[in-house]
Amino acid sequence: MKDLRLIAEELSCRRGGRMVFSNLSFAVESGEMLILRGPNGAGKTSLLRTIAGLTPPASGRLILEGGSDDLTIGQQAHYIAHQNASKPQLSVRENLYFWQRFLGGDERAIAAAMEAMDLVHLADYDAALLSAGQKRRLALARLLLAERPLWLLDEPTVGLDVASVERLRTVMDAHLNAGGIIIATTHIDLGMAQARTFEFREEHWAVQLEGFD
Amino acid sequence: MFNYLANPTRFLRLQKAVQPWLIAATVLVLGYGLYLGLFVAPPDYQQGETVRIMFIHVPASILAMGIYVFMAIAHAVGFIFRHPLADAAAKAAAPVGAVFTFISLATGSLWGKPMWGTWWVWDARLTSMFVLFLLYLGYIAVWQAVEEPHRASRIAGIVALVGVINVPIIKFSVEWWNTLHQPSSLLRKGGPAIDPTILTPLLWCIAGFALLAAVLVLHALRAEVLARRVRQMELAQVGRAG
Amino acid sequence: MLSPFLSVIGRDVKLAFRAGGGIGTAFGFFLTVVVLLPIGIGPDQALLQRIAPGALWIALLMSVLLSADRIYTADYEDGSLEVMAIGPAPLEVVALAKALAHWLTAGLPLAIAAPLLGFLLNLRADLVPGLLLSMITGSLALSMLAALGAAVTVGLRKGGLLISLLILPLYIPLMIFGVTASTGGQAGPDISTSSYLILAAVVLLSVVVSPVASAAALRAHMR
Repeated sequence: MKDLRLIAEELSCRRGGRMVFSNLSFAVESGEMLILRGPNGAGKTSLLRTIAGLTPPASGRLILEGGSDDLTIGQQAHYIAHQNASKPQLSVRENLYFWQRFLGGDERAIAAAMEAMDLVHLADYDAALLSAGQKRRLALARLLLAERPLWLLDEPTVGLDVASVERLRTVMDAHLNAGGIIIATTHIDLGMAQARTFEFREEHWAVQLEGFD
Repeated sequence: MFNYLANPTRFLRLQKAVQPWLIAATVLVLGYGLYLGLFVAPPDYQQGETVRIMFIHVPASILAMGIYVFMAIAHAVGFIFRHPLADAAAKAAAPVGAVFTFISLATGSLWGKPMWGTWWVWDARLTSMFVLFLLYLGYIAVWQAVEEPHRASRIAGIVALVGVINVPIIKFSVEWWNTLHQPSSLLRKGGPAIDPTILTPLLWCIAGFALLAAVLVLHALRAEVLARRVRQMELAQVGRAG
Repeated sequence: MLSPFLSVIGRDVKLAFRAGGGIGTAFGFFLTVVVLLPIGIGPDQALLQRIAPGALWIALLMSVLLSADRIYTADYEDGSLEVMAIGPAPLEVVALAKALAHWLTAGLPLAIAAPLLGFLLNLRADLVPGLLLSMITGSLALSMLAALGAAVTVGLRKGGLLISLLILPLYIPLMIFGVTASTGGQAGPDISTSSYLILAAVVLLSVVVSPVASAAALRAHMR
């Protein structure tokens, strides 16, 4: 991966007619991990969705320096949300096969992803049968199906046991060492050496009236 | 004017200033039109006094169609220029348009009883008006179903724009269907040229009803702006509470 | 672009045949409507024969519409839609694939079965080929518009009823041209051909409009 730099300039986000955060600026470079911290409703998830391109920013801008000009930032990113985006009626392998074909990676990546997330022994079971932690691992396996420089992780460790968190750490480590960027929200300390913390503070989520005031 | 109105506060001020004059104009124009139509215009040699219902039916039908097109245009403006009042204007216009559609249907049915001997005939125009009424109901239902106003305005805009593409197709298909099934339709296509003694009051009535629609829509828009303001204040309260 | 498109169709077709897929339900509903008709209007063979094409069309569009609810609900709730929205293919392409998958698993099989079930309504045998053709063509637009309705109402609590109110009026032209394409009204074969051509034009228009409008609606719901 080339040297990348994700820059947010004076970013503001509005959801449901409410300013979630405003005037937010930061930069993350290749090999760096940014951990978002703040109280409930501070806008951590909204920030991830804004970077992914699901919620357009109300003002300000986002730039991925060194990224592709033809692709949106979202298309160069993996987004792991609270929901696992897997189908209970499909087996683990079928779920991964679909996302691999949709995201456009190498078919061999499926086996590697199952290996990395310890899903090999579950490959032919329906996702409906998995425990919460196993379902989360299935969702995280998506990260390895196709190469994306930017990973956006919303509480990736929810439901994971200690061993699984360790696996996630290994995967994230490899991604950062290859020059990737990770932006994550988490409540537990992942103990990543490359991690910086970004605090949402009062000035970022001062509620503002707009338009109809 | 267009950009001037982008500020809701200015709109409220302007609406307050204009409304009395608009109401006065409505009373005068509509009153004169109805007077001409109901008392001065001669009865039709075939339809007799029944023809007078046309002075309400025709303006209502025109406005029923016109307001739907207005809503679609307003939403298009909202999508393209992000004009903050455009979506709200479409929302305010919808119930007014629906009522005019209903008036058109009701008067058409009332007129049909002496003419056709029955309250309802699946005539092409009545049928497409009926479908338009359904489109209005669907549009209004969308605004009620989606709680968050920003999202609702986008969804409603899509519904209105898809609907307006379909209105001519529906109209065409219903006419096609009608000619296949009722070759001897009682409503003549086009009809003879309208005599000035009928046309003049009709034009006054159309203008009067259009003014009435404007008064109602502007009033509803005022209510909508105020309602959104209340919502903003509530959101601010919740935000401060943390 | 092709790979995401095909992968969505493949997955949705697969899901339709798994537990809770709903293909059987749509068939059952279709049969129920066909059975209710003679019970409602009486078993007069001549009358049934006259109304059979229209009745089958109504049963078809109700069944297609009733199965529309499931098109986007699961993808919206389990987060798949968000991943697809930021993925390599435009959301319009995804929406087209989802609507086509619905056609393959609901509209098309019902359209093929409908004229064959026509014998329950004393359908004239010579009408079967025309009805089959018009239903197969028309059902594509039925699915396209149903998918649009599903996109507009995704995530709403009373979505199912709202879809019907929004989409049934848009089905009117399809039913008019579909029925006259198969029966020719009272006017003969020329009318059938031109009806069929107009039907095809309306179908093409729906294939263009539905993915664009669906994608816009889905984006609005995900903001």
